[in-house]
Amino acid sequence: MIACSIQLNSVLSPEDRARYQNTFVIQELLQSAKTIAIVGLSTEKTKASNMVAAYLQGEGYRIVPVNPKAESILGETCYPRLEDIPVPVDIVDVFRPAAEVPGIVDSAIRIRARALWLQLRIVDRESAARAQAAGLAVVMDTCIKMEHGRFSGALHWAGMNTEIISARRRR
Amino acid sequence: MTPREFGFETRMLHAGQIPDPHVGARAVPVYQTTSYVFRTAEEAARLFELKQYGNIYSRISNPTVAVLEERLASLEGGTGAVAVASGMAAEFATVMTLLSPGDHLVAAQQLYGGTLTLFAHTLKKLGIEVAFVDAADLGAWEAAIRPQTRALFVETVGNPVGTIADLESLAGLARSHRIPLLVDSTFATPYLCRPIEWGATLVLHSVTKFIGGHGTSIGGAVVDAGTFDWRRYPTIADPSPSYHGLRFFDTFGHYGFLMKLRAETVRDTGACLAPANAFQLLQGLETLSLRMDRHVANAQAVAEFLDGHPAVQRVHYAGLTHHPQHELARKYLPKGPGAVFSFELASRPGEDARLTGRRFLQSLHLFSHLANVGDAKSLVIHPASTTHQQLSDAELAAGGITPGMIRLSVGLETVEDLIWDLDQALATGHSSP
Repeated sequence: MIACSIQLNSVLSPEDRARYQNTFVIQELLQSAKTIAIVGLSTEKTKASNMVAAYLQGEGYRIVPVNPKAESILGETCYPRLEDIPVPVDIVDVFRPAAEVPGIVDSAIRIRARALWLQLRIVDRESAARAQAAGLAVVMDTCIKMEHGRFSGALHWAGMNTEIISARRRR
Repeated sequence: MTPREFGFETRMLHAGQIPDPHVGARAVPVYQTTSYVFRTAEEAARLFELKQYGNIYSRISNPTVAVLEERLASLEGGTGAVAVASGMAAEFATVMTLLSPGDHLVAAQQLYGGTLTLFAHTLKKLGIEVAFVDAADLGAWEAAIRPQTRALFVETVGNPVGTIADLESLAGLARSHRIPLLVDSTFATPYLCRPIEWGATLVLHSVTKFIGGHGTSIGGAVVDAGTFDWRRYPTIADPSPSYHGLRFFDTFGHYGFLMKLRAETVRDTGACLAPANAFQLLQGLETLSLRMDRHVANAQAVAEFLDGHPAVQRVHYAGLTHHPQHELARKYLPKGPGAVFSFELASRPGEDARLTGRRFLQSLHLFSHLANVGDAKSLVIHPASTTHQQLSDAELAAGGITPGMIRLSVGLETVEDLIWDLDQALATGHSSP
């Protein structure tokens, strides 16, 4: 586990960052998760959600698109709601506006997802607290692609500040 | 365990490099390679579509250069950086990424001569107009902003008369007009001043200078704070015709600017940093704070010596209490306003000031007469006949440069030796015909 503090590029307060951007929680989730449901995954190739999903597939995760307007995205069957997904979901990754987050959290709790991940600038503190109280690990206002790239070392290739400081040999 | 917030010196040594899994090299390896073997055809396609981070070709990214990029971003407190072949390449890549024909830029008139000619002449050929204003006159900055103005540009410590930028006010002005503030912070280095902490959007460096610190290699960099809202900024937000309609801000958010600069501008203009040079610059960067403490201590002592000397008319060092921006220097550069400054020799009756300057230069033993600053060794130059030679008399005067002005870059030698050298050269200049 990387022990350095990660603090750039968030609109959250320091307290909320400690609660919803915990570096140890993020590392554990990225290491253990296998299936990631992506709510609001776009069919358009240049949209951030599509780029992120394609990246996650490339890194070996199974992605499950949740989008009522599509049948299949990136070769995976698309489902209208989280409740329609026939396999267990580790992370519910959200690309929808904050106003839709309460309903998504209801569904995430119902399907017993392990974690709720709200992408960059999607902030709903009340829903985040409710998900956490229901036992879900919660990450808010960060990008799952960037976090994966940060800890895998790949984000570094793009000249980005991963904020990682460690003299241990990378595995 | 609570996550640890590491200090400047720790990041100076470690940021951007984790020992690699294959051999565990502790020094930064020099990846002297043009290109990188793809694992599969699918991976190659994903890399080209920017759907996977990785290296394709060293004109666009290189693992040794990436260490320098991330380390500079970390030290400046930015979201990322792109390193290029020189400080001028960093400036050109930045304006080419941000601006289109018809756009307008407001810049300080106290700038490095190379930047002045780039802005006044080369950008004009591209249909971009630049208004130059006195860096110290906030009203002039505001008055120069037009609807087409896309950015403000200033040096933290202006070249060569040491004008200190009022970064907080300029950042406020830029914010109120929803345009980015671009700061060339070459003379300050992130150890003396971090413009992002005062609201700057982009920080540019000639890494050649104090960051590299030993006069061995040319390099430049652009650091993005990651805080500017590019949503309505045409060149970053609109679909890009040269990247299959990609909207860089939409797709990459707060690092959309840097991705566009790397994947389009540097890809097309080609001024990449050589990995061997990145390695040399990183070696320098590891001791930045130690060197800068000594650079500013020596500069202050030299400036104070010159300030009291009868053969010297005026010293332009913001570390002196009579400098017009002394208070700003204390605010923005509390450890010291760098180690590059100018002074004017006292004029002698009946002699051209340029001649007095030339005789002074030829009498020095320790200061090297050359066109660079920020070496570990002390350097000297006569701006009017060298770095700022391409400027007209009016442009020279606007930048505060007089014919008899001498610019010093104070190095790390024994400070008494530096003062001895200046003292004997000033005496020679005065006594012999």
